[in-house]
Amino acid sequence: MSKPIIATASLAGCFGCHMSILDIDDRILQLIELVEFNKSPIDDIKTFTKQCDIGIIEGGCCNSENVHVLKDFRKNCKILISLGECAIMGGLPAMRNGIPVKECIEEAYLDGPTVGENKERILPNDEELPIILDKVYPLHEIVKIDYYLPGCPPRADLIWKAVVALATGDELNIPYELVKFD
Amino acid sequence: MSEKVKFTIDGKEYEGAKGQLLVDAAAENGVYIPVLCHWKDVIPAGSCRICTVKVNGRFVAACTTPVEDACVVENNTPELQDIRKAIVEMLFVEGNHFCPACEKSGDCDLQALGYRYQMMVPRFPYAFERRELDATSPKIFLEKNRCIFCKRCVRMIKNDKGQSYFAFKGRGKHLEISMDKKLAATMSDELAEKAMKVCPVGAILRKEVGFSTPIGQRKYDNVPIGSDIEKLHK
Amino acid sequence: MKEKIISIIESYGRTSGRLMDILLSVQAEFRCVSEEAVSLIASELGVSEADVNQTKTFYHFFTTKPVGKYAVYMNNSVTSVMKGMYDVVDEFEKQAGIKFGQTTPDGLLSLNYTACIGMSDQEPAALINNVVFTELTRDKVRKIYSDMRDGKPVEAMFNEFGDGNNANQLVKTMVKNNIRRRGNVTLGEYEVGKGLTKALSMSSQEVIDEIKNSNLRGRGGAGFPTGLKWQFCSKETGDKYVMCNADEGEPGTFKDRVLLTERAHMIFEGMAVAGYAIGAKEGVLYLRHEYKYLKAFMESVLAELRNKNILGNNILGKGFNFDIRVQFGAGAYVCGEESALIESSEGKRGEPRNRPPFPVQRGYNAKPTVINNVETFCSVVKIIENGSAWYRGMGTEESAGTKLLSISGDCKMPGVYEIEWGMTIADMLQMVGAEDVQAVQVAGPSGICLPPSQFNRKIAIEDLPTGGSMIVIGANRDLIKDVVLNFMEFFEDESCGSCVTCRSFNMILRKQVKKVVDGRGIKSDLDNMLAWGEIMRKTSRCGLGQTASNPVSTTIKNFLDLYNARVKDAEYQSDFDMHKAIEESCEVVGRPANIHE
Repeated sequence: MSKPIIATASLAGCFGCHMSILDIDDRILQLIELVEFNKSPIDDIKTFTKQCDIGIIEGGCCNSENVHVLKDFRKNCKILISLGECAIMGGLPAMRNGIPVKECIEEAYLDGPTVGENKERILPNDEELPIILDKVYPLHEIVKIDYYLPGCPPRADLIWKAVVALATGDELNIPYELVKFD
Repeated sequence: MSEKVKFTIDGKEYEGAKGQLLVDAAAENGVYIPVLCHWKDVIPAGSCRICTVKVNGRFVAACTTPVEDACVVENNTPELQDIRKAIVEMLFVEGNHFCPACEKSGDCDLQALGYRYQMMVPRFPYAFERRELDATSPKIFLEKNRCIFCKRCVRMIKNDKGQSYFAFKGRGKHLEISMDKKLAATMSDELAEKAMKVCPVGAILRKEVGFSTPIGQRKYDNVPIGSDIEKLHK
Repeated sequence: MKEKIISIIESYGRTSGRLMDILLSVQAEFRCVSEEAVSLIASELGVSEADVNQTKTFYHFFTTKPVGKYAVYMNNSVTSVMKGMYDVVDEFEKQAGIKFGQTTPDGLLSLNYTACIGMSDQEPAALINNVVFTELTRDKVRKIYSDMRDGKPVEAMFNEFGDGNNANQLVKTMVKNNIRRRGNVTLGEYEVGKGLTKALSMSSQEVIDEIKNSNLRGRGGAGFPTGLKWQFCSKETGDKYVMCNADEGEPGTFKDRVLLTERAHMIFEGMAVAGYAIGAKEGVLYLRHEYKYLKAFMESVLAELRNKNILGNNILGKGFNFDIRVQFGAGAYVCGEESALIESSEGKRGEPRNRPPFPVQRGYNAKPTVINNVETFCSVVKIIENGSAWYRGMGTEESAGTKLLSISGDCKMPGVYEIEWGMTIADMLQMVGAEDVQAVQVAGPSGICLPPSQFNRKIAIEDLPTGGSMIVIGANRDLIKDVVLNFMEFFEDESCGSCVTCRSFNMILRKQVKKVVDGRGIKSDLDNMLAWGEIMRKTSRCGLGQTASNPVSTTIKNFLDLYNARVKDAEYQSDFDMHKAIEESCEVVGRPANIHE
């Protein structure tokens, strides 16, 4: 293919996976030669301006906006990659799964030890806000995902090898040390 | 000296002692058959099924099957490898295994099998069934979400009267590991250490200690599980 | 409470080997086994509370909180649902003002589901305080509830009894035998003691040889040659046991219930013959808790046999000693698996054992043990009486003798039929008055779902082996939703869970079937279900897990069109439902559950 176009996003994640993308260090100069970036926090393009080849998504879906962005990525990218534990299995945010949403919201806004003054016991319900889902979903349970890169974060070398393999069509050989779930 | 038997694994001939469990006989010959519930010289549980092999064409658990003379064993076939990978994936979806937040990470046998079989994502839908954490013992946490029902603790952690500290509770989808609160209240440090050590995952953890080995130096950071056995005959 | 529990423990010899009986007695006495009771039992027996709890929590009929003064256990097996269970459920809930799974605040009534209670020919059926209520209707439920309000004992809520021994003073149940056809073996003529008398005139090896020559194979479903099993066990030394598996739990099976009611003497006599053959002095009949209403009757039969010197010491003057006790289960399908049954009889969780060693080498109390099905022991008596050649003259070459079938579902004459092996399914359907049949579930959920194109197949170990369960499924049924999903829910509940593949894959497969039923399935889901079912079959430890994927795999194979009509031909289909996912959180924070997409 001609220079592949990449988009990235962080949903219910911590941006650690994006940090790991940056951890490829000086290879980022080669990356710029190899691919073009579209919608991504890396170049701060906010909306898709063209059809992309590869979408890389960090984080699972914890609210309605995550689902919206994810579906938007599915529409605009030929290949979607789940990047990191949260995208693949919900990750740490999914530790709330199994706890009733009511308890989670009340802990966060009313009863938790870090809650400040909230005498009126107000819960965030402005219609502009994304809506919390009943649980945190792995990406592949909402849209079709083509590839998975595990890790918390995925090792920079793993991301590098995977992106190069996709961009060049070369075979991807992953050494043992690079596939880790932490 | 017990009677010797000859058998083959994946076409290669090996020798073992009659009556010896297949998984141990294989290991002595440098052949790794993955295990999660097996612990040498402890009564086998046969519960995790990851050691499933084919003996004379039949599927059996290598941890409960004694080696017989002239038996033909299949171990590293694509079919069995896929079954084992599927079992690992199944364990990841049926419990709640948040590796980044688990202090057993890097030393966990389940995770290590995930690495060995290069599990990128489980093929099964996540269950996200929540089980309660039991922190009542002064010595240990029992994080039931991580339990894989291997029964090592049930079989191995007992007091001098033979009473169990750990036991199953419920059955089927409601099955969980439980701890005898009265006994656990007076657990010794040695027994707590042993319980944590025999647990193949991070379900039993000692309180007040942990994360002592830096990332990069943990048991499975650089070498796959089973390497110690496979190295024997290289 | 304390004195009572201690006296119960004393009555069972203060041994943890009788923990099942102790828990059963405590549950019967206090309507629960409370945490205090567990604590007391543990300290009296010298085991940990965790040890007691692991047995207690394994079984369906042990509860931590008290069940109602009237404890309703509604059978939710497939035939019960077919015959209108949901109306009965609805009426119970309406009358009591609670849902299933709950107890009324005044403690009068608790409502719970339970797996097949062996009444498939007279559904919908329920147990209320261990008393069986069959053919329930809304009217009957209303009357039962009003009787409960009046405080009537359950036994006084009805006054018509079933046929035969169902009307016996010690049984007095409304259960019917529905014996539709008698053959020459188990339901034929029977004279107490004749078989054993003849056996005792033979050497024990001669008895084994006679059984071997008869080609009798186990009637529980697995079909292992009975004579061979006895031969293996006879070669072992020391104390031995004979056990009778009366834990028929395969949904749709009820023939052992009829034998227990009408042929109790014959069962015990067959056990004594086995005892003589292998050299055992003790026998245990493991009876499922659902048949608790037969307890007094079974014990009276044992007493009668002791009086007649068919059991006890120096039996019939031949110097042979043998006696039997009845062990009750407490609600667990898996205990029908022989090694799980042994574990349960020892007071433990009913988890199947690893093999080897086999029960004939190391069974009950670690001693060599022969376990056979109720029907097998009955057959033994007639084989000894009439000879192996007579027996082999019936059935087919590979499947000698007769077989009891429990036939239920969409047919005019559900009930028990003693047939010779070799009958075709088509002939069977004609015999029971079944028309417009979509499928026959042969051998229960763990068997196969047979389409009409295969109705020419034979009921025989070499073709369609069965423990006897035959469920006729009419053309108007939704096979996947009403039958397959029900079966998978059953296996999900009944897997012991101790081998993880069976535990998890049953949950996973049930979810996949639900996905298809809910209209969110795609073609690859079917391939996945087959592949995952295969993994469960190949890796599970016992017969339950090895066959639990059959409802899914045999219907995908035999009724693919039904699935194809329900699944999309798409590459990917999410099971995610946005509206369901946001419902709760919108309600909690107080905003409309609207999504602008």
